[in-house]
Amino acid sequence: MTPFTVHTGIAASMPAPNVDTDVIMPKQFLKRIDRAGLAEGAFHDLRQDPGFVLNREPWSDASILICGENFGCGSSREYAVWGLMQWGIRVIVAPSIAGIFFGNCEKNGLLAITLPPDDVAALATLAADPATVEFEVDLPAQAIRHARGETSFDIPQARKTLLMEGKDHVARTLEHENDIAAYEAARLQPAPRLSSRIA
Amino acid sequence: MKTLYEKLLDAHTVRRIDDDTVLLYVDFHVMNEYTSPQAFAGLHEAGRSVRDPGRHLAIVDHVSPTRAIASLDEVEDAGGRLQIETLAENCARHEIELIDLFDPRQGIEHVVVPDLGLAWPGTTILCGDSHTTTYGAFGALAYGIGTSEIEHILATQTVEHSVLKPMRITLTGAPGAGVTAKDMVMAVIARIGANGAAGHAVEWDGPAVAALGMEGRMTLCNMIVEAGARVAVIAPDGMALAHLGGRPHAPTGDAWDALAAHATTLRTDEGAVFAREVEIDVAAIAPLVTWGTSPDQAAPIFATVPDPRGDADRRALDYMDLVPGMPLHTIQIDRAFIGSCTNARIEDLRAAAQILRGRRVADGVTAICVPGSKAVRAQAEAEGLDAIFREAGFEWRGSGCSMCLAMNDDVAATGERLASSTNRNFEGRQGRGARTHLMSPAMVAAAAVTGHLTDVRKL
Ligand code: SF4
Repeated sequence: MTPFTVHTGIAASMPAPNVDTDVIMPKQFLKRIDRAGLAEGAFHDLRQDPGFVLNREPWSDASILICGENFGCGSSREYAVWGLMQWGIRVIVAPSIAGIFFGNCEKNGLLAITLPPDDVAALATLAADPATVEFEVDLPAQAIRHARGETSFDIPQARKTLLMEGKDHVARTLEHENDIAAYEAARLQPAPRLSSRIA
Repeated sequence: MKTLYEKLLDAHTVRRIDDDTVLLYVDFHVMNEYTSPQAFAGLHEAGRSVRDPGRHLAIVDHVSPTRAIASLDEVEDAGGRLQIETLAENCARHEIELIDLFDPRQGIEHVVVPDLGLAWPGTTILCGDSHTTTYGAFGALAYGIGTSEIEHILATQTVEHSVLKPMRITLTGAPGAGVTAKDMVMAVIARIGANGAAGHAVEWDGPAVAALGMEGRMTLCNMIVEAGARVAVIAPDGMALAHLGGRPHAPTGDAWDALAAHATTLRTDEGAVFAREVEIDVAAIAPLVTWGTSPDQAAPIFATVPDPRGDADRRALDYMDLVPGMPLHTIQIDRAFIGSCTNARIEDLRAAAQILRGRRVADGVTAICVPGSKAVRAQAEAEGLDAIFREAGFEWRGSGCSMCLAMNDDVAATGERLASSTNRNFEGRQGRGARTHLMSPAMVAAAAVTGHLTDVRKL
């Protein structure tokens, strides 16, 4: 995973609520066994409309999306996050971001930020004006810098560290292998088992 | 004093990561062909192995054709076929049990798992699919995850869990005729919004929940995801245990007694505090249909298409090609679909068949029924339901996700309008430009025979 520290880029406003992962990555792009080739799928159906914000200058180069409520709701498909990243998106800001999608962002190094609706609206206004579309997102400082100053955001420490280090999350957990083994030895709950080579 | 969610969480916490996150032990993990291949690829690239293969099950369901085929070669879609083959290779390599297309147990994962007796009270069950919450009907802590988390579970048998706020939805009263669990959950979503349970673990409670059968309870736990819930759970009672007992993977003997005793502890303590409470009297609910492109854009069937309250509503009405003020029951349909993990269990098929008996699908309407699993299909056939569907003019198909997300070859055409027993009416969900109205299976049957959205109580 690519570490995230400071990112400067163009912000685009997509204020619609409940933009679901079917819209972010339509089903015809889900028939793969790898993560590649998904840039073309990002917002594929919306992009058929020449008026869609990401089809217009300067937002065709946007790497920061200022979104509406409940962005990324619906299907768990991580293809949505892979596609957004391959399209060039590095930061998503919204009043709320759906749970599974939010987790998928973090695992892939896409910075997902939730802010109060008023803050998001102010950022959306800036992003909608070609004169003020450039933002600098500073994760260590927890701040978004723009033409009107700075908007700060909260992020739990563990998530911040994970994004800044860009470390493999499986490796991080395996550092606590002894805790998992201890749980299995002492506290396992009754659960079904299928065929297994482990006795 | 703890809520049921908090008890399940405590019992599975391996370690606390920070204030908001715990490392959660995963008792059982289910996977499908379309969200797992990259997880295995990641595992292989890192040179890791599967920690405990006996705690995983793989099921082919999302790309399954629903027409009878004799071999994989007949799966016309090359991408889907490759995913099925890749899942088989990965399962063989890691000694993971696989239910493939030709297995008599095959079906939609969330239908198959409870039917095989794999949804045990008090367990954690995760799956790379958002509707994994279905198993909460048995008192399991169950939820959907992404592909990176699948890889994490394969390697570590754990997942990093963001702690949720407990929320209780209490259903009181007795439902009127024609009002099903689907109408109840749709009414809740319409009330609280598509974001209304975001960040929450929902516990369903109240006399109207206790009065539902397990199929209805699964429908509640399944579809509340459309209000943003990450987890849904119902305290397991005698009915949940009775449903589990005797199934192929249910425990027996002393293990059964231990599980049954454990299940009685799986309930929210008196006085435990929920971050949010919602109460709905189901006696006041009428059968609902959606009119928009988000599951919360729903109204009782006797209502009219509402005036838009903002840009999102306007866009939805535009996509759905509907005009405010138009009575919902006058909306003509092109297709009827009965299927999905929300509503393709035996009770759902019985309810639809009751409407279809002695009736015919209206001219110009294409109607298909896709039972949730081969076992459900066989059960329905044993009861003669298939004959009722066929005589009414429904196609009687094999099992799978089918037109719920249209990843196989069951796809609606642009502009077509559907009455559907599924869970998502998103733009393009059932086919690019297709227009979906969500409703209960009986309401789909009613729409199919009249050719327009119809109050099932009037038939
Ligand atoms: S039936 Fe639909 S909602 Fe359920 S698992 Fe399949 S695609 Fe997902």
